[in-house]
Amino acid sequence: MRVSGCPIWADVVIEVEQLSKTYQVADKSPGFVGTLNHFFRRKTHDVQAVRHVSFSIQPGEMVGFLGANGAGKTTTLKMLCGLIHPSAGRVHVTGYVPQRRQAAFLKQITLVMGQKQQLIWDLPPLDSLSVNAAVYGIGEKEARYRIHELAEMLEITEELTRPVRKLSLGQRMKAELLAALLHRPSVLFLDEPTLGLDVNAQARVRSFLAEYNRQTGATVLLTSHYMADITALCSRVLLIHQGELIHDGGLDALATSLSPFRQVRLELNRSASPEDFVGYGELEALDDRAVRLLVSRSELTEVVARLLANFDVLDLEVNDPPIDELIGSLFRKGRVV
Amino acid sequence: MGRYLLSLKRFWGTALAGQLEYQVNMLIDLLAMVGSLAGSIFVLSVFFGQGRELGGWSWEAALVVQGIYTFLDGVSSTWLRPNLGAIVTHVREGTLDFVLLKPIDSQFWVSLRIMAPAGLPEMGLGLVLIVWAASRAGASFSLGTVLVAVLMLCVGGVILYALWFVIAATSIWFVKTWNATEVLRAVLASGRFPVSAYPPALRLVFTLVLPVAFLTTVPAEVILGRAAMPMLALGLFLAVIFFVGSRAFWLFALRYYTSASS
Repeated sequence: MRVSGCPIWADVVIEVEQLSKTYQVADKSPGFVGTLNHFFRRKTHDVQAVRHVSFSIQPGEMVGFLGANGAGKTTTLKMLCGLIHPSAGRVHVTGYVPQRRQAAFLKQITLVMGQKQQLIWDLPPLDSLSVNAAVYGIGEKEARYRIHELAEMLEITEELTRPVRKLSLGQRMKAELLAALLHRPSVLFLDEPTLGLDVNAQARVRSFLAEYNRQTGATVLLTSHYMADITALCSRVLLIHQGELIHDGGLDALATSLSPFRQVRLELNRSASPEDFVGYGELEALDDRAVRLLVSRSELTEVVARLLANFDVLDLEVNDPPIDELIGSLFRKGRVV
Repeated sequence: MGRYLLSLKRFWGTALAGQLEYQVNMLIDLLAMVGSLAGSIFVLSVFFGQGRELGGWSWEAALVVQGIYTFLDGVSSTWLRPNLGAIVTHVREGTLDFVLLKPIDSQFWVSLRIMAPAGLPEMGLGLVLIVWAASRAGASFSLGTVLVAVLMLCVGGVILYALWFVIAATSIWFVKTWNATEVLRAVLASGRFPVSAYPPALRLVFTLVLPVAFLTTVPAEVILGRAAMPMLALGLFLAVIFFVGSRAFWLFALRYYTSASS
């Protein structure tokens, strides 16, 4: 399989510089009076959904795009597709300015949204696929070949002749993926592609995406709330928080940039009480002789030395806090720990 | 061009297949159409009656206007209402995203994606009514007249489409514009009767502001051989202006499309 577009000499597929988007949002007080006021005198305020975001992505990369709800992920993704005009900054995708939405650009990209569907509800997916084939100018024979090929990869051949409304959520998502990939795009924007799927279906979609990327060399930018999607597929992550890009790099480095702490686990020779650990950092857990401490990175060496000197330590282990917990706490608290 | 024609074929093929999934609904649509036509001819016969005249139009001549109205109503049931109504849904649910990401003209897609066959018989009945009433009114069907009449019907169709499309496109800002399209439909219903049947002030409004006159009265005048050249030229001019305007408005509106958030 081969994807369209993107010349092989290009070393950057997506280039974003100082990208910003400001929305005008209506202020409306609750109740009837609020509604009347809103109807006659509409008050709005500006919300900066994305602020000065810059990054670039190389061909074939699979990049995870993380952030809490409302952090600015989808807005950024939609600016990259050309659906929304940026308020400021520059975007280039496969050398095109997305918001011009030139046909040659649109033939190279695709957007899959876990919450929205393009398939015709009352008809089998094959009918929607025939519409897409015509719109993208794919000949009948070629379309049949591509549908067969993708359907095999997605294990969805039989379901293609059943009305979409009779398909399960997982089958529907696979059919959506097929519809989105029929024109062999070289850049895939995936917005929560596994949303609502059960664990098995999630795993299948994930392995399909990995296989598609391996076979075609397509570039993938993926947002997901499931860390498993990101850890399975992406070696690089972009973390966006309140419209700002706060991390761009490896998944391993994410912990360092997310949390200024490291986790120290101790196993002592005798039981200890919480008071014993005052001055050694934040006590996370204490279970008889097993202790878990959060210690600031800058004081780590000194604290470990003191712990070894002052306690009868059987075992000591220093870790980064688990990435899921860090992200989870970011999503929950809306701030970095 | 081939890609657009093939897309149109697939659009309408799937739209038809989708509607055939619900046979009963289709039957009800057909019955509703027959009922509506019978009702409007009955109303016309009550108001006009045989031998009476309205605004200088005989019963048969006025029936030509009714025929054209029926035809255009069929056109709007077949294409305008389902497609332009869907724009509002697209904006509200954010599925306009999928349309905008296709390498095909978005106005073409949103205007012609659906075809509701229930309006086709109405178009046929409109044509039958036009031919029958025109021959009763003593019209001659020379090739030239037929061509000009078809052209003026297209002019009427384009003006109707452009007005409707612009209102539907405002949903990009206001999201719900059902009310505005209902008002438009009510005004257009005035096209059932010859424009000269209305008071002079309304006549002016129907010719220049909301060009209802060009939807039905002017094509009827062409068929009946009483059209004035300047009116035809004005109609053609307005159709071009309205169409170009609708296109410019759509492209302008898309700059403000924010896409429903997910």
